[in-house]
Amino acid sequence: MTTLQDLMNAPAPASAWVLAQDCAETGLDPQDIRAEMLRRIREMRASIERGLKTDAKSITGMVGWNAKGLWEAPDVLGAPLIKRVQAYAMAVNEENARMGRIVAAPTAGSAGTIPGALIGVADHLGLPDERLVDPMILAAGVGKAISKRMFISGAAGGCQAEIGSSAAMAAAAVTELLGGTPRACVHAASLALMNTIGLVCDPVGGYVEVPCVSRNAFFAVHAVSAAQLALAQLESFIPPDEVVTAMAQVGRLMPAELRETAEGGLAQTPTGLAVTARMEGREDAGGMIELPMV
Amino acid sequence: MSLLDMIGPVMIGPSSSHTAGACRLGLVAHHLLGEAPRRAVIGLHASFAKTGRGHGTHLALVAGLLGFSPDDPRLPHAFEEAEAAGLKVEFRDVDLGDVHPNTAHIELHGDTQAVTVQGSSTGGGVILVTHVQGLGVNFSGASPTVLLRYTDAVGMIARIASTIAADGVNIATLTCTRENRGGQALLAVELDAPLSPQALAFLGHWPDTNWVRMLPKLMDG
Repeated sequence: MTTLQDLMNAPAPASAWVLAQDCAETGLDPQDIRAEMLRRIREMRASIERGLKTDAKSITGMVGWNAKGLWEAPDVLGAPLIKRVQAYAMAVNEENARMGRIVAAPTAGSAGTIPGALIGVADHLGLPDERLVDPMILAAGVGKAISKRMFISGAAGGCQAEIGSSAAMAAAAVTELLGGTPRACVHAASLALMNTIGLVCDPVGGYVEVPCVSRNAFFAVHAVSAAQLALAQLESFIPPDEVVTAMAQVGRLMPAELRETAEGGLAQTPTGLAVTARMEGREDAGGMIELPMV
Repeated sequence: MSLLDMIGPVMIGPSSSHTAGACRLGLVAHHLLGEAPRRAVIGLHASFAKTGRGHGTHLALVAGLLGFSPDDPRLPHAFEEAEAAGLKVEFRDVDLGDVHPNTAHIELHGDTQAVTVQGSSTGGGVILVTHVQGLGVNFSGASPTVLLRYTDAVGMIARIASTIAADGVNIATLTCTRENRGGQALLAVELDAPLSPQALAFLGHWPDTNWVRMLPKLMDG
């Protein structure tokens, strides 16, 4: 597959076209890919389940208890879907921060967005994991189309390239799960991506914890919103491939300090610097800043 | 890149580029050494140097050197595993010039062999190996890859290619660099399937061949 435009013009369902294209390219058996995707969906679910049960802290002590806390908190907004999607996403990323087993989708720092959005929506609607295989294949196809134009790591393109890509992939997947056309799926991806352009990668202390864990929760909901807009026929005004090109251009323009070097943004706040110093065991750790205890 | 690279790998966190990719770079060195690793000097460039420790990059590289895959539950305990296996590792921050920010230079010694590998982790656990034994290459480990170091001579590539063809294996990509005419050359051949041990031994027994290794497929897709 080469472009999102090709995917948009493919016969429905978009996932079937993605799978056929990929198998033609790699020589892999479509049934093997579908079986492996189901296995990975179950790995994602296992990481969600582990993450919702534990409040064990990460290496730094900055995260670890938020998914469980949210999951057990009352649903004050009367929005159970949102709470579920957010808790699932954070559960995966807190597992990730604990050096637990997760499925990178497309990266580990953004691993919660797709399971949060897709498994979250499926559980909300009572759909079995088998129904998620095709949407997951579409998510992968969208990611592949994006990665043809730019690197998907925060270090290369900022967080827009990483969680922006995962949100775009998740938006397409949720749209297909809910019966969207290939056109709607790709516009959902494009809308999600358009709204992440310029997002910097500024992990505190260089750890995939703050703001990464909560960012996955936000972007899982973001992906569901994009699917909702696209299913209501709303389209990305800028053609999807042009959005990817714009995102790539912004990534290249972004200074290195804002691309996962921990030299800018939240990582350079007094608290961010204090965490860095503490983790490096330096004398100036803490200072006047009240830090969460490890 | 396949669909299973986008939804995957199944891995130990926290970073596909800094943990899973780093582990795979270590795995390349592990397989190319071809014996138990004893001592490693690892140079970390840019983002690997700056944010590697928090991402478990050091642990992941060592796990790879020991032959662990990115989803191996022993990965977070790689330093203890290395000690038990008799592998000593030294890390250095290095400036490798205009290369990808997530790049490592690995020098790995066994009891009788040594190998140097330089490669980048380009995101999502995908890697690009750019140097082996000091010579330029360009392969990803997504397919089985045969590497040969030989003394540059007329017809070597043709002989290697016909050996691979006789083994019934198809060549996907091929990169070759040499120090100079008649000097040391390095050929990296990405294949659709691994070579048979017989074919590999045949390649290794030629007088011009100095070194040959079969790197297994490192990616799931």
